[in-house]
This record gives sequence, C-alpha cells and structure tokens, in this order.
Amino acid sequence: MLSLAGVRKSYGAHEVICGVDLELRAGECYGLLGPNGAGKTTTLRLALGLTDPDAGRITLLGEPIPRRAREARLRLGVVPQLDNLDPDFTVLENLLVYGRYFGMRDDAIEARIPHLLEFAGLEGRARSRIQALSGGMKRRLSLARALVNDPDLIFLDEPTTGLDPQARHLIWERLKQLVAQGKTILLTTHFMDEAERLCDRLSVMDHGRLIITGTPQELIANHIEPQVVEVYGEGAPGWAQVHGQRLCQRWERTGETVFCYTGDGEPVLRTLEGQRDVRYLHRRANLEDVFLKLTGRDLRD
Amino acid sequence: MRAKHFAAPRISTRFGQVWRRNFLVWRKLAIPSMLGNLADPMLYMLGLGYGLGGLLPQVDGIPYITFLAAGTVCYSTMNSASFEALYSGFSRMHVQRTWDAIMNAPLNLDDIVLAEVAWAASKSFLSGIAILVIIWALGLSHSPLTLWIVPLTLLIGLTFGALGLTMTALAPSYDFFLYYFTLAITPMVLLCGVFFPVTQLPPLLQQVSAALPLTHAIDLVRPLVNGAVPQKAALHIAVLLGYAAAGFYAALVLTRRRLLQ
Repeated sequence: MLSLAGVRKSYGAHEVICGVDLELRAGECYGLLGPNGAGKTTTLRLALGLTDPDAGRITLLGEPIPRRAREARLRLGVVPQLDNLDPDFTVLENLLVYGRYFGMRDDAIEARIPHLLEFAGLEGRARSRIQALSGGMKRRLSLARALVNDPDLIFLDEPTTGLDPQARHLIWERLKQLVAQGKTILLTTHFMDEAERLCDRLSVMDHGRLIITGTPQELIANHIEPQVVEVYGEGAPGWAQVHGQRLCQRWERTGETVFCYTGDGEPVLRTLEGQRDVRYLHRRANLEDVFLKLTGRDLRD
Repeated sequence: MRAKHFAAPRISTRFGQVWRRNFLVWRKLAIPSMLGNLADPMLYMLGLGYGLGGLLPQVDGIPYITFLAAGTVCYSTMNSASFEALYSGFSRMHVQRTWDAIMNAPLNLDDIVLAEVAWAASKSFLSGIAILVIIWALGLSHSPLTLWIVPLTLLIGLTFGALGLTMTALAPSYDFFLYYFTLAITPMVLLCGVFFPVTQLPPLLQQVSAALPLTHAIDLVRPLVNGAVPQKAALHIAVLLGYAAAGFYAALVLTRRRLLQ
C-alpha cells in the first residue's frame, strides 16, 4: 500500500527525516505517533509526493513517488491536519467540486453524496454553509470529502485534534467502520488512547526516526514495566527518596508527582497506605507510558 | 531553491476543474463582483473623458474620450487580472489553503498555477469586454476591427494574471500587494499611454514605457478602436506573450519553492 525505504529529508543543515523505513499492509490501520516536530507531517508530505526526499525510495499504491504521485493520489484519500474546506461552498458543493478533481463525472459523485453525508452524520446538512458547521462537523466533512473517490488508502493527519469527546468517539467509530470495509488507514496522532484503540500497528517517531514499531499490545509488553503507581502530593518526593529506589524498577518525578514503574504494585501500595500527605493511583501501564519513556517528558514546541 | 523547482511544467487536463471551481465561487457573487470591478475604470473613463475631454482639442487626431476609452480597455483588464491573481489568489493559496486541498487530489501545483492564470484572465476578460461594450454603446467606435479586441483582452489578462501570480508567490501577507500596485501597476497606468500619448513623456521615460507590457497592449487596442490595423502587431503580441510566459514560469518556480519544500 505504502512503502518507504531509507527515506531522508533535510531542510538546510537540519535533517528532519533521518532514514525512515515503513511498510503499510493492506487492510490495516497504522499509527504514526510522535511529539510535535517529530516528522510525522513531513513523512505524510513525502508519501504524497508534495516534497521530494533527499534519499530513499517511496512507493504509494504501486506507483513510484514523487514521479507518479498524481496517479497514486487517484486512489488515495487525505484528511489534512487543518481543515481546508471551501468556505464559499455548501457541504454538497464541497463534495461535488472535490470529486471533480478526481475526474469523476457529476452523476457519479452525486450518486455517492447521500451515502457520504450519512457516513459523516451530516444528513440534512447538504445545503449548509461551511461557516455554519461546528468543528466536529467540519472534521467529518473533511473525512467524507476524503472518501469521495472511494479510495483504497486514507491518510489522516491528527484527525481528532481539537475535537470534544463526543466528536472524537464518532470519528473513531467511523474509522473502525472503514477498516472493517477493507480500507487501509495511516494516521498520525499524539493521543495515545486514540492509537491504542484504533491502530493494528504503530510506530513511535521522534527526531525524524521511527524508534519502535509493533502492535500496541507488543509495545506495552516489551517496552514498559507492566504496572504503574502514580503518587501525588507534598509527600510524594519524600516518599520516592525513601522507597523509590527499593520498590520501583524505575521511577520518574515531575513536580509533585512520582511515577513508579514496577512488575508488582502491591509492595508499593503497602508503603503508601496510611500516608497522609500523598494520594495515589495504581493502574496498568499503557501506551502513553511507553511513549513518554521513549520520547522523554520535556516539552516540545 | 532546488533544481527541481525549475523543471518544465507538467499539466494535466484536470486543471480545468480548478478553473471551474473558481468560476463556481464567482458565479455566486457575480453581480457585486462585476460592479466592483467596473465602477472604477468606468468612472475614470467617463469622468475624465467628458470632463477633461471637453477642455482638450483632439488627442492624436481623435476625441479625448475615444483616446481614453482604448486605454481604459487595457487598464481595466490589467487591474482586474491583477486583483484576482493577487488578493483572491493569495486567499486561495495561503489563507483558505484551497490549493493544499487540491494538491491532495490527483492534481499538482503546476495545474493549479495554470488554472489560476487562466481564471484571472477569464475574469479580467469580462472587465475589458464591458468597457468595449460601452465603447460600442456610446458610439465611440464603429469599426468592425474592434472585434479583434475580444481575443486581445484575453491575452492581456493572461499577461497580467501571470505577472500578478509571481507577486502572490512571494507575498507574506496582503499588505505586500500595495508595493506591486504602487511600484508596478500605478506607474504603468501613468507611463503607458492610458491617459495621454506616450510621446508626451521625456525620452528616457519613453524608453521605460516601451519595455512595459501595458504599452504594448495599448499599442494594439488603440488603433483598433480608431479603425486601423496596429503597426508592428506581431511585435506587440510577442512582447505580451513573452511577459505571460515568463510570468507563468516565474510564478511556477516561486510557488514550488514556497509550497513544495
């Protein structure tokens, strides 16, 4: 579906993609996770043929990129990070005009529109102007627009950023439907719960490299201690000084919160019971823990 | 700037759908858009033509308003193409990110740039033709040769659409376009023979004028309004085509540099 081999890209002296290998299999939902500036969007732009790699080979839907990007994009759908719907058009016109870019006939597009509107939960909105839509509706329309050509592969760049929980859940549900229909999906995100829910496989990307690749379960099993005790409050740093080294396989502190990673939380909990100046939470390790372990806790801007 | 930015254009026939998209938007606002585009050149032409024309003897052997009308066809076309390529083009390229959306479909930037130039020419074509219709309606010219102005208007629109788009490719914001208008468009209006014959200018400015595209447009249109075949028509057409081609290629290189990093 999509393959990148040894792909590199620099801007001036700054290498933003430093040798990426990626193989997308038909019918899977593949996640590209990474902090801001990790190179996720650049990877998508390279795959789309919108920018040329300095080295490496890219194949998209059987076509060499960038040379035959136009042909490859005939069977591709893209949901961009920032909505770029046409503000001068209605919902219906947005879909119609976009379908024409694919060389589709008007009657073929019009035949698909009711189905697309239903899929996007925009029935009865065909004549609405874009300004009248909520953020969630615009996202869903962007998704519907990406499906106008019935693509085999869909790229989604941070599809749920800025959406409320209801809108996010609806998008997730629709993406699952698409995978169930046999579509292949490549999505970038920095929401770990999103990746854990949707992705069959994912890669964590940082500083232009794919650090690890696997199923969410594999990554959690192989890269992080299975249990986490989060300790909050004034007493947390003091508690960590006394018990951290002894009871945690690994611990981290940010401000007044201590994260204790361990194979067995029980001994940790016993030392916390009855302590007045701390609160705590015992939970299973998740993808976010893996992500933070691999990419660190420092802010990225 | 990379070597690839200088590659020859690769156009697909789907560029027509981008033109059609702009046409659809325009159709929704056609009447206010036409009025806005026409009011300015029409008022200049009628106000100065009758007001100033009444004080003047004939200019170059014709009534001043007829002289001015020929210049106004070109000026109106130039203005309309420039505004479309600059302000509206910038909205689509940068503000609304319409181009980004199109480049995710099976079209490339070359298709879009060509469509934008063609669209700017189409829109300015109407502005030029509207002035021509007024020329006919007021009886300022009865020559069938004025029909040649119809295709010429399209050529003039292509030229200034392409030149305008190079500015759009360089613009950080709308404010930037003021420079183009004050440093390129306004000087052309004053130096290229819209309001008075270029021969009135000092020799140095006449030489500058001879290099500017609007001069060549007017050298073609004015004789036609007067019922004469333009002299050195091939040269003037070649200069306009040259500016159009150079502008298109420059716009292509600059937008590639801007958007395909």
